[in-house]
Amino acid sequence: MNSNIIEMNQISYEYNRLDDDGRITGVTKALNAVDLQVEPGDFITILGHNGSGKSTLAKHINALLFPTEGCVIVDGYDTADEKNLLAIRQCAGMIFQNPDNQIIGTVVEEDVGFGPENMGVESKEIRDRVEESLKTVGMYEYRKSSPNKLSGGQKQRVSIAGVLAMHPKCIILDEPTAMLDPRGRREVIRAVRALNDVERITIILITHYMEEAIFSDRIFVMDHGEIVMQGRPKEIFSREEELTKYHLTLPVVTQIGCRLKAAGTNLPDGILTRKDSPSGDISAKESDWDHGDSPSGDISAKESDWDHGDSPSGDISAKESDWDHGDCPSGDISAVDLSFEYEAGTNMAVKALDGINLSIPAGQFVGIAGHTGSGKTTLVQLLDKLLKPTYGTVMLAGEDIYSKKYDTKKLRKTVGIVFQYPEYQLFEETVLKDVSFGPKNLGLSEREAAQNATEALKLVGIEENDFALSPFELSGGQKRRVAVAGVLAMHPQILILDEPTAGLDPEGRDEIFSLLSGLHEQGMTVILVSHSMEDIARYTERVIVLDHGKVKLDGTPADVFAEVKELEKIGLAVPEVTYIMRDLKAAGLPVKENITIPGDAVREILRALSGK
Amino acid sequence: MLKDITLGQYYQADSIIHRMDPRIKIVGTLIYMVSLFVFNNIICYAIAGFFLVFVIVLSKVPVKFMMRGMHSVIFLMLFTALYNILLGNGTVIAEIGIFTITYEGIYMAFCMFLRLLFLVMGSSVLSLTTTPSRLTDGLESLLTPLKIFRVPVHEIAMMMSIALRFIPILMEEADRIMKAQRARGADFDNRNLFKRLRSFLPILVPLFVSAFRRAGDLALAMEARCYHGGAGRTRMKEMKLTERDYVTLVVLIAYMGIIVFLGIILRDWTQELPVIIADRFMNMLH
Repeated sequence: MNSNIIEMNQISYEYNRLDDDGRITGVTKALNAVDLQVEPGDFITILGHNGSGKSTLAKHINALLFPTEGCVIVDGYDTADEKNLLAIRQCAGMIFQNPDNQIIGTVVEEDVGFGPENMGVESKEIRDRVEESLKTVGMYEYRKSSPNKLSGGQKQRVSIAGVLAMHPKCIILDEPTAMLDPRGRREVIRAVRALNDVERITIILITHYMEEAIFSDRIFVMDHGEIVMQGRPKEIFSREEELTKYHLTLPVVTQIGCRLKAAGTNLPDGILTRKDSPSGDISAKESDWDHGDSPSGDISAKESDWDHGDSPSGDISAKESDWDHGDCPSGDISAVDLSFEYEAGTNMAVKALDGINLSIPAGQFVGIAGHTGSGKTTLVQLLDKLLKPTYGTVMLAGEDIYSKKYDTKKLRKTVGIVFQYPEYQLFEETVLKDVSFGPKNLGLSEREAAQNATEALKLVGIEENDFALSPFELSGGQKRRVAVAGVLAMHPQILILDEPTAGLDPEGRDEIFSLLSGLHEQGMTVILVSHSMEDIARYTERVIVLDHGKVKLDGTPADVFAEVKELEKIGLAVPEVTYIMRDLKAAGLPVKENITIPGDAVREILRALSGK
Repeated sequence: MLKDITLGQYYQADSIIHRMDPRIKIVGTLIYMVSLFVFNNIICYAIAGFFLVFVIVLSKVPVKFMMRGMHSVIFLMLFTALYNILLGNGTVIAEIGIFTITYEGIYMAFCMFLRLLFLVMGSSVLSLTTTPSRLTDGLESLLTPLKIFRVPVHEIAMMMSIALRFIPILMEEADRIMKAQRARGADFDNRNLFKRLRSFLPILVPLFVSAFRRAGDLALAMEARCYHGGAGRTRMKEMKLTERDYVTLVVLIAYMGIIVFLGIILRDWTQELPVIIADRFMNMLH
C-alpha cells in the first residue's frame, strides 16, 4: 500500500441516456480513464468548465457514485465495498455548491452535530466537537441562530464545520463559492486555506474561479471527463493557449503579466499574485517593447479579443452633466426620493432603501454595485413596480409609474427584468412556449408571440432545433440564455439584470456579456446589478454604488474605482487591475492609477515603461 | 421579509419554561388542555386562569407578544361567544327577533370564551418557549413506543424537521418566482376562478421543480454526512429529565388533581349557579 489518501486508477463512469419512455438511447461517458493521486495534506484544485466532469469525479471520492471501471481507494478503503461506505464518508467530507440545500438542522449547532450523530458518537463528545468546529470556522457566536438568517458565506462555513465535526482527513469542496458574493467567497476560501495550513487537512477544491486556484499545491484541469492538464499553478497558468482551448481563462494578474511579456517586457512566466507581479520586476526596463509602429495615440484600437469591452475613457466628463435629473426625454428612468421599508409600520421595520435620487438616461449601460443587503435588488424591483415604495416614486419617460392611471402592462413592456438565477422560472413544455409567455401576456397573438420568441432565442444563440425541447433538458448556460430570451422577447427598452452571470463558468459569462454589449450598442438601456467589480469595470459606462439603502458613489468606473478607501470601508473592493496599478505607482512607476480593465492596464504600463 | 417567518413563532428568552424538557412541556400542555374540559364552575376557571398567568410570568414572554398570535383566533372566540349568547336556553332577559338572550346563554358564552382563551394561550406558551426542533425531538421521544406498531417515528420526526427548515426557503422562492413572472406580464388577479388557477401554473411548476432539486441535493448532502436512517444514531442533546422536570411533573399532577376534585364536588352547585344569579338579578330589578 502506498501513502496516498486518494488513489484513483483508470476510473470511468458511464450512465445511460433515457428517452421519455425510459428506453436507453445511448451511453454518456462522464469520466474517461481518470488517474488521480492525492497525498495527505495536499491542497489540490480541479478546474474545468461546466459539464467537464468535475463534480462527477468529486462524488466518486465520497462514495456517492461508483466507477463503472477502475477503482477508487480512499484512505486505504475501496469504495466498491459497501462495508467501507461510512468509513469513507467520514474520512472524506464533502461540501456542495448550494448553501441552502446542505444544511439539515434548524439551528446552526444542531446542523453541525448531524454528522457525528449519524456516526453514533457519544453526546458529550458531539457537543465538544461542535464547539471546536464552529470555533475553527469562526461561527461559534452564531451557534444558536437559524441558518435562514445567515449570509451565504456564513452558511457555507457552517457546512464546513459540519464536515469538520466528523473529523475527516480530507474535504472535497464542489464549487463552494459559486453562489456567493465576493465577501462570502473570501470568507470561505480563507477558512479552507486555514484548514489546510493549520489542521493539515487534505483539500480538494473544485471551482471555476481561477483566482481561487492559485494557492493550491497542484491543479488538475478537466475536459470531457478526462484530466487534460496537471501541474503546479505556475506551470498551469503559463499555458494560456491550452487553457483557452478548455474554455478557461487566466487570473487577471497573470493575464496582465502575460500581455506584458508578449510585448517584450522581461517578466517570468506564470505570475499569480500581486506580490510577485510586475511591481517587483519593473526594474527590468525593456525599451524595445514597442514592436512595430504602435504609437500611444491609437492604443484604443482594439488589440485582442480578451478585452471586448467598450471602455469609454475619453468622453466621460462630457456625459456626466446629462445624468443630473433634467427633463426626461423618452425612455429615461429616474428614482425620486425613493424609499422602501420591509414590514413598514411595525416595530420590525427594516429600511432597505433610503431616499434614492438618480436618473438613468436612455441608452446608458449602468452598473449597480453594493454588497448583499445594500438595497440593490429592492431598487430594481421598485423600478419595475414589483414592490410598493414607502415613500417617493419612479418616473419613466416623465410619467409617474406609481400613479393610479399608469398602465402596468405598458411598464412591463418597457422595463424588462432578469432575476437572479432566472432559469429557475422556466416552466413551459417547450423552450419556444416559455419564451412566448411574456409576449402573450402583453396581448400579442400566438403567431406574433412565437415570432418574437424566435427572434429573441436566435439573439441569445439558441439553435432552432432546440426550440421544441423541454427547457429542463438544456445545459445550465443554455437555460440561463433561454430565460434571458424570455425577457428580450417582450422588446424592452430598459433591461435590468440581477447578477446575470452568477454560477456560470468563464465561457458562459462571456456569452452573456457579449450579448449585453450587443444590446447596448443597439440603444437599449442596460442596468447591471453585480458583485463583480471586474465585470462592472469592463462593460459599464457608469457605476452606482449602494450602501445601506443610499447612493454612496455615482460616476464613471474610473472615477468610482479611484475611491479605494471609501469602497473598502463599505466592504467592497476595486478591480484587481486597479490594485496592480496602485502598487506599481507606489513602486515608483509613473502610471495612472484609475485604470480598471486589463487591456488598458497593459497599455498604460508599457507606456510608462517606455518613458513616454 | 418572508424569510423571517418562523413557524411556531418561537420567542427567544432564558426562563425556567424555556429550559424545561420538551416532553414535559408537551405532556403539560396536554394535561392543561384536558383539564379545561373536566370542569364547569367559576372557581375552577379561576384556578386554571391563575395557573396560566403563573406559567406566562415564569416564561418571560411579553404579554404583548403573546397577544400578537391571538389575532387569528379572536374571531372564532367572539363567534362562539355570540352563538352562545343568542341561542341559549333558559331564563329569558330579552328577545330580539328570532334570538333570545338568556342568563344561561351569557354565562355559557362567558365560560366558552375563557375556555378557548386558556386553550389557545396555553398551547402558545408551548410553541413560544420551545424551538421547532426541540418540539420535534420531544414528539419523537414521546412517540417512541409506537415503534412497536412499526410506526416510522424517527422518519416522521426527520421529515417534520426538514419541512420546518425548508418552508421559509420555499416561501421566499415562491415570492421571487411570482415577481419574476409578474415582470413578464403575468396577471394573478384574474376574476375568473379557472383562469386564475391556471395563472398560478407559472409559479407552481418552477416551485415544484425547485423543491425536487433541493430535495435531491439535500438527500445527497445527508448521505455524504453518513446519514443512514435512525439506527445507531446518537443525539447531541440527550433528553434527560432533571429534578426540576420532576418537580414540574408533580405540580402538573397536583393541578390536575385539584381541578378534578373541585370539578366533582362543585358540580351540583355549578349547575345551579346561573339560576341563583338569575334569581338575585331578578330580585334586584323588582
